Amino acid sequence: MSDKDPKQPSRRDFIFLATGAFAAVGAASIAWPIVDQMNPDATALALSKIEVDISQLERGQAITVKWRGKPVFIRRRTEEEIQMASRVDIDSLPDNNARNYNLSPDSAASDENRSLDENGEWLVMVGVCTHLGCVPKGQSLGDSKGDFGGWYCPCHGSHYDTAGRIRKGPAAKNLDIPAAEFINQNVIRIG
Amino acid sequence: MSKESTYIPKSGFSKWFDQRLPLPRMLHDNINAFPTPRNLNYWYTFGGILTFCLVTQIVTGIVLAMHYTADAGLAFASVEHIMRNVNYGWLIRYIHAVGASMFFLAVYVHIFRGLYYGSYKAPREILWILGVVIYLLMVITAFMGYVLPWGQMSFWGATVITNLFSVIPVVGTTITEWLWGGFAVDNATLKRFFSLHYLMPFMIFGVVILHIWSLHVTGNNNPVGVSVKEKQDTVPFAPYYTVKDAFSLVCFLILFAWFIFFNPNILGHTDNYIMADPLVTPAHIVPEWYLLPFYAILRAIPSKLGGVLVMGAAIAILFILPWLDTSKVRSATFRPLYKQFYWIFVVNCIALGYLGSQNPEGLFLVASRICTAYYFIHFLLVLPILGLVEKPKPIPESITKAVLEKMEIRNMKEKSAEA
Amino acid sequence: MFKLSGYNFKFCILFQIIFVLFFSISAFAAGEQKRVQKHDWTFAGIFGHYDDAQLQRGFQVYREVCSSCHSMNYVYYRNLAEEGGPGFTVEEVKVIASEDIIIDGPDDYGEMFERPGKPSDTFVSPYANQNEARASNGGAYPPDFSVLAKARSTLRGFPWWFVDLFTGYQEQGVDYIYALLNGYSEPPEDFILQSGMHYNEYYPGNQIAMGQPLYEESVEYADGTVASVEQMAEDVSAFMMWAAEPKLEIRKQMGFKVAIFLFVLAGLLYYSKKKIWARIEH
Repeated sequence: MSDKDPKQPSRRDFIFLATGAFAAVGAASIAWPIVDQMNPDATALALSKIEVDISQLERGQAITVKWRGKPVFIRRRTEEEIQMASRVDIDSLPDNNARNYNLSPDSAASDENRSLDENGEWLVMVGVCTHLGCVPKGQSLGDSKGDFGGWYCPCHGSHYDTAGRIRKGPAAKNLDIPAAEFINQNVIRIG
Repeated sequence: MSKESTYIPKSGFSKWFDQRLPLPRMLHDNINAFPTPRNLNYWYTFGGILTFCLVTQIVTGIVLAMHYTADAGLAFASVEHIMRNVNYGWLIRYIHAVGASMFFLAVYVHIFRGLYYGSYKAPREILWILGVVIYLLMVITAFMGYVLPWGQMSFWGATVITNLFSVIPVVGTTITEWLWGGFAVDNATLKRFFSLHYLMPFMIFGVVILHIWSLHVTGNNNPVGVSVKEKQDTVPFAPYYTVKDAFSLVCFLILFAWFIFFNPNILGHTDNYIMADPLVTPAHIVPEWYLLPFYAILRAIPSKLGGVLVMGAAIAILFILPWLDTSKVRSATFRPLYKQFYWIFVVNCIALGYLGSQNPEGLFLVASRICTAYYFIHFLLVLPILGLVEKPKPIPESITKAVLEKMEIRNMKEKSAEA
Repeated sequence: MFKLSGYNFKFCILFQIIFVLFFSISAFAAGEQKRVQKHDWTFAGIFGHYDDAQLQRGFQVYREVCSSCHSMNYVYYRNLAEEGGPGFTVEEVKVIASEDIIIDGPDDYGEMFERPGKPSDTFVSPYANQNEARASNGGAYPPDFSVLAKARSTLRGFPWWFVDLFTGYQEQGVDYIYALLNGYSEPPEDFILQSGMHYNEYYPGNQIAMGQPLYEESVEYADGTVASVEQMAEDVSAFMMWAAEPKLEIRKQMGFKVAIFLFVLAGLLYYSKKKIWARIEH
């Protein structure tokens, strides 16, 4: 047999190599379904848009809705809150990126770039602290709103201002703004 | 069999590691270098296939448990959720469901191989008994797993089997209610079955380690049944048997894949796609195919207590098999009479399986009684008597001699064919 | 490998004959209901795939006829646009979904409210729960259609169940549904039909609570296909098979790739094994 033939040692090696490589490819392709099954399933993907009725919300009030398993803060801000947010010098902010999914990724963190409508009345943000994922306080009337009148994360003391921008504490980024739009004057679609 | 280690640490690190935890040494001695008889045929590759089956069931099972909900109101829907919404969920569930059948198919081949070649005889009694323990654990695990989809067969299978315990005198009812956690199979039952179904594969894994340990103390039996006498009777496990096992495994996987991709539901029962209804029993209650022989034995006996006892005895008898077979010769190759009774026994077991799927009436009932009786006659009469009356064929002096003889015959045949 | 000596081979043959006899007894003892015939389905066999146009017609039959009593709780509107399905577009599915009224809630005031369906909803159910379904149908619960095609079967008998194992024929459920939908007829003279029941050749016991659901032209097909009872029965059966097994096409396609891979790997391993074992006498 060629196995004992010194002229053809490479053919035998090739077969072993090919067998090993083939088996490795097989093992890798069976691994993929086992990994992929942990990704969001078809129901989760199908539910990635929600519509929220905001017709009952007065100025100064806020509601929290669940979107993709996370809280989304919707706040109809008072004139005073808008003023507080727009007075801030953007360069002095720890994070001067708008973090707004609806805008280009390099937009500045101005108050106009954070709010949903032109008047700056509506603020829609993912209510998850950008430090380690707790939900900041500030939605309910009795909550501590932190040093800047917006939100305050009780886990590690991050303070957000009235436009949801990080001002003090360990968090490095402003609260995320998800894809959102008014589909009519009473309904906001998120996602 | 040489017990000295042949492991030589190659690098400084592996030497350092070996002095602290000789795990690579153990693996080398027990897998790579393990001396294995050179004449094992393909029926001996099923140990490797079974290990693969166990690992497959554990991995797919862990994955399914990530999506499954063990609640009587939600279990059925969660299985459909896996089938429809989870990424590759249908594939993973079909692998697990078909995998149970394949696991049993392989274990039956493995057991019947042991019966043919007398692998249960001294010095491998403990090895055999551990194997029966594994089989028993497999049966319990498979039964509990079948309950989890909470279909009609799940529910009524669970009801029928748990009711078997009610035959125990005095405390029977108390025990069944304890098993159920209520007055019928219900949510509590489903939850505990799920918990135990998750636990038991790891127990099986533990006993498998013992099974392999015991195998590595006594060494493999082999088709001629003669013990290993000299070094040339054996070859190192790697690469000879790794490649042979791998080839056999891939052939087995072709069958496995056939059922997963082209026939995934045929081994199950259609009624299990109907959600469990405690008020309606399906027209035919049958267990999965791999438990049918025992089901036939259970129903062959007219009394309830008797049926349960005889069914239990059908498995229990396997534990004492090493002492029932009185023949000193291991392999059926050299036992002309046993060989015939062996095949009768195989056909008898298949017949019991078939009878288990039929209603126990008329001819079927008569046949299942005959087959049940024969099952026990084989162990209790045939095996002890055969060993005393049978005149075995001459046994080869050693494995090597047997191999060389076989080669010579083959070569002679080739030559005469050429001529 | 085992070698059978001539003598003991005869033994086996004898036993096999006995058991073939057993099997044939069982085939004859199969009860009064009429034997269901195998139907020709596009999705049967190893190259099986759904016929999109047929599934769309079947969906129409389900929607216009069956869905007034039968739910389909595990099927989502979005499934209609998914790969291996009836091939509706995403926009068509949005329209289909919005034509159904979904009861949602509770809203912020604790009230349930009605809204048009969305692709992420499951098919709207004709009844609020099983009890209502039962009460509206004279005590008989119209079964959910989601997996019904896999939950029904026919008695194939020996040797067919064995043949099915290795031919991959799994369409006994749709065969039965198709036969049942075509199986309505006048009962024989001597047959005692209970009140409210209907005679069907294929139903176990021949008495079924469901009245004949399909008549000629029960629906008007958009693609101009003539809506005969057989045609509608075939279409809706195919649709139910898809509902029960939406991944069938993907499964069979993947199976093909896996099979080719395994055969090549087996060949390589066989060759490797031969090479390695050539080193010693065996």
